[in-house]
Amino acid sequence: MSYEIALKCRECGRKFELLAIYSCEFCFGPLEVDYDYDQIKAKISKESIANGPSSLWRYEDLLPCDTSFKVDIGAGFTPLIKSQSLAKHLGLKNLWIKNDTVNPTWSFKDRVVSIAIARARQFGYQDLACASTGNLANSVSAHAAKAGMRALVFMPDDLESGKVIGSLVYNPILTMVDGNYDDVNRLCTELAASNNWAFVNINMRPYYAEGSRTLAFEVAEQLGWRAPDHCVVPMASGSLFTKIWKGFKELQHIGLINNLDTRMSGAQATGCSPISKAFQEGTKNFVPQKPNTIARSLAIGNPADGYYALKVMEETDGSAEMASDAEIVQGIKLLAETEGIFAETAGGVSVACLKKLVESGVISTDEETVLFITGAGLKTVEAVVDNMKPAIMISPKTEEFMDQFNKLK
Amino acid sequence: MSSKKVRFTFSTASVTEPLVYQLGHEFKVVTNIRMADVDEKIGWVILELIGNEAEIIKSLEWVSSKGVRIDPLEGDVIAG
Ligand SMILES: Cc1ncc(COP(=O)(O)O)c(C=O)c1O
Ligand SMILES: [Zn+2]
Repeated sequence: MSYEIALKCRECGRKFELLAIYSCEFCFGPLEVDYDYDQIKAKISKESIANGPSSLWRYEDLLPCDTSFKVDIGAGFTPLIKSQSLAKHLGLKNLWIKNDTVNPTWSFKDRVVSIAIARARQFGYQDLACASTGNLANSVSAHAAKAGMRALVFMPDDLESGKVIGSLVYNPILTMVDGNYDDVNRLCTELAASNNWAFVNINMRPYYAEGSRTLAFEVAEQLGWRAPDHCVVPMASGSLFTKIWKGFKELQHIGLINNLDTRMSGAQATGCSPISKAFQEGTKNFVPQKPNTIARSLAIGNPADGYYALKVMEETDGSAEMASDAEIVQGIKLLAETEGIFAETAGGVSVACLKKLVESGVISTDEETVLFITGAGLKTVEAVVDNMKPAIMISPKTEEFMDQFNKLK
Repeated sequence: MSSKKVRFTFSTASVTEPLVYQLGHEFKVVTNIRMADVDEKIGWVILELIGNEAEIIKSLEWVSSKGVRIDPLEGDVIAG
């Protein structure tokens, strides 16, 4: 059962009907779903959640859609792994890794798309659309395939092949646009306005974005119903970052966790770091940037939630960091070599930024920290392919192998 | 009559100039500011421009030539 009651303007607080709209008529502020928390509190319990499915649908009472419209390919309830080696390497006593690479299309975007597609079906839409640098495209294509909906996917024409094939295999209508980001943005804004599509991050955005809260719900549940001291989260639009914080606050509000003293820190690539840069300059007025980074999944130059992400950092005494392309590659390798998790470039950004936050003393050694790894490495092999130790090449002879092997020691 | 909702981002150089005011004088366009935040280094304004379409486009070209960045209200529609 859903307890959503209205869309509420984040700026002026005016309420609107639950429709496929995203900005306030009066002040143009973004709209966010508001819930009847008293009813949720009366209904929900740790036990009812524990008895739910092993997916994000275990939090159905906190989700903004009628679950009879859900399209379930298994998103969510991903492992929270206690880090040993990476923690030691970084000098942290208490580090957890939220491994969201194991979602059905190998990124956290399955969470937001799960909600967007359910809400789109509830509204009666036939077509699910998005503009994406890859991960969102993969997830929209897969979920639409499962639902028998048409997927309309727009991408820049220079993406990693893993992200292109990872969409095409589900047979969407995939359009690759020859143009820069601004061109793709303009085109999609126009197409969204003139077609009756559920555009996941335009007219579905208030619902879609709520899906990211499930990461906070899961982390709290997996820690035994409490919130960690610190979260390190990769940021593109900043939505994931702000929604994880919203999720923790809601859990406290409905009494599922007691204390909430979590510090929220964001991670960006140096080549596209409008939010982190604004944080470091002490302003909430970020300057939009032209992205230039291997972390294509975070290459959003004009982040829609950048301002709100900066407010969360202020509210939680959090911070923000940025990582160069070389540091991103090192981050990917460090995570793989210490924890056995192969992350895409966004994961490299998270690891590299965590490292900097520890080195600069922002995160102290005994802060219980959760590192969010949000996409899988096979999507972006191009980033690391030239940075690997080469394989041993031999003809099938024991001596040849032993000879080479002994040289390693 | 058409209307366009945009976000202007001002750089340090342009932040102190009354560009929105000037835009309303130089062009037959009504400017309706909805949200704004400006400090000494940088500022942004979210506003609606109302007028005939060609005039709106001309006014945007003018303000862009003054070093103001113009973005759609939604921020980037493209996502990761
Ligand atoms: C792997 C990955 N991590 C993190 C993000 C950050 O998302 P957001 O736009 O919510 O900040 C994205 C997508 O944009 C992504 O693809
Ligand atoms: Zn409003």
